[in-house]
Amino acid sequence: MLKVSHIDVFHGSFQALWDVSLSVKPEEIVAIIGANGSGKSTLLDTVSGLVHPARGSIEFDGKNISALEPFHIVGLGICQTPEERGIFPDLTILENLVIGSYNHRARPKRAQNLQGVFKLFPVLEARKAKLGKTLSGGEQQMLALGRGLMSSPRLMLLDEISLGLAPLIIDELYRVLKEIRQGGITILFVEQNVKRSLAEANRAYILEAGRVVLSGNAGELREDEKVNKAYFGT
Amino acid sequence: MAFLADISLPIVMGILLGGLYALIALGLSLVFGVVKEINIAHGDLVILGSYFGYVGMTMIGIDPILSLIVGMPLLFGLGFAIQKYLLNRAFRISTDATLIIAFGISVILQNTYQLIWTPFPRDLTTSYALKSLVLGPVRVPLVYLINFLVAIAVMVFLREFLRRTYLGKAIRAAAQNRKVAQLMGINTDHIYALTFAIAMAFAAIAGVFLGLTFPFTPISGMPFLLIALGVVVLGGLGSIAGTFVAGIAFGLAQTLGGYFFGVAAQMLVAYLMVLVVLAVIPRGLFGR
Repeated sequence: MLKVSHIDVFHGSFQALWDVSLSVKPEEIVAIIGANGSGKSTLLDTVSGLVHPARGSIEFDGKNISALEPFHIVGLGICQTPEERGIFPDLTILENLVIGSYNHRARPKRAQNLQGVFKLFPVLEARKAKLGKTLSGGEQQMLALGRGLMSSPRLMLLDEISLGLAPLIIDELYRVLKEIRQGGITILFVEQNVKRSLAEANRAYILEAGRVVLSGNAGELREDEKVNKAYFGT
Repeated sequence: MAFLADISLPIVMGILLGGLYALIALGLSLVFGVVKEINIAHGDLVILGSYFGYVGMTMIGIDPILSLIVGMPLLFGLGFAIQKYLLNRAFRISTDATLIIAFGISVILQNTYQLIWTPFPRDLTTSYALKSLVLGPVRVPLVYLINFLVAIAVMVFLREFLRRTYLGKAIRAAAQNRKVAQLMGINTDHIYALTFAIAMAFAAIAGVFLGLTFPFTPISGMPFLLIALGVVVLGGLGSIAGTFVAGIAFGLAQTLGGYFFGVAAQMLVAYLMVLVVLAVIPRGLFGR
């Protein structure tokens, strides 16, 4: 479904990604794991078209998308839930959601998608007239996920959805994520929490200083000695 | 009582003048708030609206307000082109580049006006522009009252447009977070071009009412840009209500300054007021 091949990405003169390759198959949940500054968010931003790779290619359904602009890529069915949620603070919850369906493919399905999101997150319907900035962290993350779903995505890119949230809320979010996946949406997510990522994902890639250092089935990685040594300290 | 009657004139005039200032500042405020650009050419583009009304009046003989039917779409198109083909591209280089481009547009416009309309002052003298009417204890020019009412109408229109329409919501989203707006599928370059275009349509309106009120020359854009900048920073970044209230505050400071310290000091008083308010509330009256 998504095929990233040998991309190099620069921020100015700083190289953030080195020869990174990864692939995501339909209806998989794939994790990208790494510490702060390892290039995880840059990888998602490159897929979303916010930055373009200097070398290499990104294919979505066999089509090269590495030169396309973000709004174009959203229209193809790839949406990103950005780092720190990116809720529009002075738009209401309903307005935030409605903006999520801006791309032309999603507009005709707006009412239907909105119903689906409210079913998934009833709290958003109860507070739909409230401004984005009045929500708690957990509610903001639900709104960010709901807003992503409004775009009728086929592939969702999620950037650290558990950041700064209580364990109970994180459990709830991952439960919803499974539901989303069962609805036929493929998920590529970025996490710092290694244990959690490997428990939730089918496969994972481990990034270090902009390079993929390890990849494989989540179950195998959990048993991998190197991973255990590096991330669990055992 | 004599004092009260005396001072009520600058107060009423200040408030009404503030309406015109807010109208002139509105486009600048919108572009500042959404695109985060300081459009140095704003004053000159407002004056383009004035000259357009002048051409309609002197060559075709139509009322300047009526000429807006053509003037607004014309400036809308010009604004769209400026943002899309010049400023959006300059922005990819740096934010300073947009400032320099806008300054270049300003210089080009001023010199073009000189070539076409000479440096002599022009005005839009209509029959109603010279009328006055009694407002309570004072007699004010009718055109000042019209300016004020038009300013309110335009601001209410903009506010409702931004609140209720889908495009308005997208503009607000792009203003609040450019990157996330892009991730939502919004073509922010296009939104910026539309925003600049809308601001220029408002500049056309402001230009005509400015011309009905004051004579203008090819370089009148600069003093009105300075007033508009004062109004925008005083009101707070991108706030419509703030721009309106700040316009009135600026007009009042000017007329009362003139009343107490003489006409020569009136602009000084107005800018000092802006300075003092910003020293106390750096975000402006309605800033977030």
